[in-house]
Amino acid sequence: MNFLKRYLLPRMISYFLVIWLGITVVFFIPRLTPNDPVIRMIDQMRARGSTLEPGAMDDIMADLTRMYGLEGSWIEQYGDMWGRLIRGDFGVSFFQFPTPVSQLIGNALPWTLGLLLSTTAITWIFGNILGGIAGYYTRKRWSRVLDTVAMVIRPLPYYIFAFTLLLLFAYLVRWFPITGGASLGALPSFTWEYIMDVLWHSFLPALSLIVLGGVVVFQTMKLLVQNVNAESFVQYAKLGGVTEDRIVGKYIIRNAMLPQITGLALSFGQIFSGALITEIVFGYPGLGMLLYRAILNGDYNLIMGITILSIVGITTAILVVDLTYPLLDPRIRYV
Amino acid sequence: MKLLRDLFKDFRFTLSFIVLMIIMILALLSFFSPYDPTLWYVVPRDLRPSAEHLLGTDSNGQDIFWQATFAVRNSLVVSLISGLVSRAIAVLIGMIAGYKGGSIDRVLMFVGDSLLVIPLVLIFVMLAMMVRQSMTLVTLGLMLAAFGWAWDARLIRSMVLSLREREFTKTAALSGTGTVKLVLKEYMPFTMPLVFSTLINNMSWAIGIEMFLAILGLVNLNIPTLGTMLNWALHYQSILLGRWWWILTPVLLSLLVFIALYWLSVSVSEYLDPRTRIQRVGA
Amino acid sequence: MTAKKATVLQTENLQAFYVLEMQGTQKVVKAVNDVNLQIYENEIYGIAGESGCGKTTLLKTLFNDIVPPLRLMHGKIRYCIDSAEVDVTSLSAEEKRKLRMEFISYIPQGSMSVFNPVQRIRGTFRDFIGSHVSGKNRAEIIESTYQRVVELGLPQNVLDMYPHQLSGGMRQRVTIALASSLNPRIMIGDEPTTALDVVVQRGVIQMLTEIQKSLKNTIILVTHDMGVHANVSDRIGIMYAGKIVEEGTTEQIFAEPAHPYTRFLINSLPKFGDKSMRESVPGSPPSLSNLPQGCPFHPRCPHVKDICRQQMPDFTQLDHDHKVACWLVGEQQHG
Repeated sequence: MNFLKRYLLPRMISYFLVIWLGITVVFFIPRLTPNDPVIRMIDQMRARGSTLEPGAMDDIMADLTRMYGLEGSWIEQYGDMWGRLIRGDFGVSFFQFPTPVSQLIGNALPWTLGLLLSTTAITWIFGNILGGIAGYYTRKRWSRVLDTVAMVIRPLPYYIFAFTLLLLFAYLVRWFPITGGASLGALPSFTWEYIMDVLWHSFLPALSLIVLGGVVVFQTMKLLVQNVNAESFVQYAKLGGVTEDRIVGKYIIRNAMLPQITGLALSFGQIFSGALITEIVFGYPGLGMLLYRAILNGDYNLIMGITILSIVGITTAILVVDLTYPLLDPRIRYV
Repeated sequence: MKLLRDLFKDFRFTLSFIVLMIIMILALLSFFSPYDPTLWYVVPRDLRPSAEHLLGTDSNGQDIFWQATFAVRNSLVVSLISGLVSRAIAVLIGMIAGYKGGSIDRVLMFVGDSLLVIPLVLIFVMLAMMVRQSMTLVTLGLMLAAFGWAWDARLIRSMVLSLREREFTKTAALSGTGTVKLVLKEYMPFTMPLVFSTLINNMSWAIGIEMFLAILGLVNLNIPTLGTMLNWALHYQSILLGRWWWILTPVLLSLLVFIALYWLSVSVSEYLDPRTRIQRVGA
Repeated sequence: MTAKKATVLQTENLQAFYVLEMQGTQKVVKAVNDVNLQIYENEIYGIAGESGCGKTTLLKTLFNDIVPPLRLMHGKIRYCIDSAEVDVTSLSAEEKRKLRMEFISYIPQGSMSVFNPVQRIRGTFRDFIGSHVSGKNRAEIIESTYQRVVELGLPQNVLDMYPHQLSGGMRQRVTIALASSLNPRIMIGDEPTTALDVVVQRGVIQMLTEIQKSLKNTIILVTHDMGVHANVSDRIGIMYAGKIVEEGTTEQIFAEPAHPYTRFLINSLPKFGDKSMRESVPGSPPSLSNLPQGCPFHPRCPHVKDICRQQMPDFTQLDHDHKVACWLVGEQQHG
């Protein structure tokens, strides 16, 4: 009971509060400028040379008006937005009218999830293993070499790093395709050829996410292991003649892992942003590309849909990690 | 002086310092540029690097070297506005949260933590779409500053929390020093090193976001920055057409800026935090 | 005259210094400086002195745990294992590891972080014992250790608890039970009573002496608390600035302290019926990296003479088992 009140409840509350705050911000951003967003949207679409039938234009006007609100007061609009969101209605795409936003997102989501989940898992596992070994053998030469490599890669933003990889491995030496998620005309199926094709296309985007994310995991894990190594329970185990594999595995790594789990949860937002950016660089057909096309076409509704969905997705992922954490740390389970 | 001498013992500091000095000189050179950066077709188009045009010219008929001096200057201006304003916000919020505590603390820290969780890139995209026409370097810097304070406010808050427990706080409070004066006079000096090292990180972050928004075409493309230079180079397919001097200039410059800023911040913060410093010496 | 006792641990002109390199300059901390100890079987040998006099470092060297920055500069450490003398500093890392727990075990201060925080106490026992015993009798030995834990007055369920759930006294008792689990010939205690309140202290001391009586082994007990020494130790070595300055049986040390420093230590103890102020040693101990010339105690000594400032005195044998390194005593003896 105590555990529930002390640990679970605050986390559930903050979960809903973050979602509420994020979506409220998304609601107010279009209202920050004094001029009518609907007219501006239409102008922007016209400026881009979008050709729409007159009837469709009226529908869009109505939909935009509904979305940005010339109907009723702010409070009514605000309540209305929540009502629609809870029903899963994100409105329709302006550009690909009248496809619902949720359908467009649904098509792109598997690509992003596949890329994101696999690279995050690889990043976290390899980053921790390498960082753990490097932290335990700080004095070794290769540990310092890895350190220096990390020092060079760490500060690079996702865009620049992904772009450099693209220049090197897709233009200079043509090992990997320049763009896309699969070869043109390839039909999605569970055949060996198709899967290999997808893997080949996603290699560079995955590599850039893994390297950039892995460097951060590596650096923090290395520091954590150095710190845990100096803790008295590790020193005591060494004085008790406990074998080295036990000390490294059950004492050092196990304890250094715990802050890394919290760190993983906190970095979900960044990882997600990084994936969007990387997808754009490599033309990978996930949410990032969807966002890119939405920006190019001024499809504000679609951008809002992507933003709201990712806020919910990221906070949920963090909540899941927070809820599983007590299973790994007895200090939280038992007081 | 001793501080600088100690810092220069770290080769990372020396190297990044030299690189940043070169970048600064480059930015200052923009004031002597013979060309107006907003005008097109002032020089012949698509020339390779030569004595006359050090880094060649681009498809807009602009000299890439002089364009790059403006780009570096403007990117630094945006990042400095973002860095300085967000430091001010971070110090203010961190100090209020740390000193006042209670529900003010909880609300401020909740807002900050939310900013850390939400994918800010998407928020920036939405904001930039709204103000694209009227986007200037200043508004861009302020926009980044409005969202870039969360983590550093948390650091300053925890520092104030520990300072509050120290003796001089009680002495000052008992002798009737006002809260504002106490915070400004007694706490400020302690937070300055932290403010400096996080300033560098925030600048680097701001340059990165600017590049991303520029590549999406969400900033004013007539103002040269590292990001807009890259955007134009991509727009004219400079890679496919083999105009490497055009695409490589912003890419290499930004690589240098990012690495130099990071190394500077790492060496400064290691110098300021003796714990990590000892680890490095002992390693 | 007592019969000559068998020696279990012996040091010969032992010198162990910390060599620290900080930005090109070398700093040498002379923590153990020319120490000759002869420790017998079946006794409790106490080492006393202020904090910062090198006690803990001496323990480390006796325990044969000499790792950088600590370096063995000179001298030998010999264990008498199965009545054979072994120079233990030249052993391989694996041989050193095997000796721990089995021949010589270590009792740390039972601080908050002495046990691995993410595993139950049972897991710690399994790791420590399992690192030394293999084969079919492993389970048997672990089981019998669990029984001893109960015999030693610890509650049965202590094994199923996590470290943060134990009290300081319980943690200290667990470390002692663990140290004695493989019937080692020597147990080394590093301030095992210091962090405890007086009542708990008594229990811990009782437990130590009981174990020593039943195992008939040797305990080397380091504490600055002369009261504990008076109750527990058979012989005492007084340590000052990395050197043993006086050594004798507990009766000799307390009844006829010869070194002015020993007298200060004893006089700082409270006595029944004496209401006068307890005097503490004037001044503070010297920095081990910057020792004064001559006898290191001379800046604080009330009876300082010229020769004290120039030369370190040799040991003077006062009685059987009782020796002291002080110019005052040497003069009395030789007229």
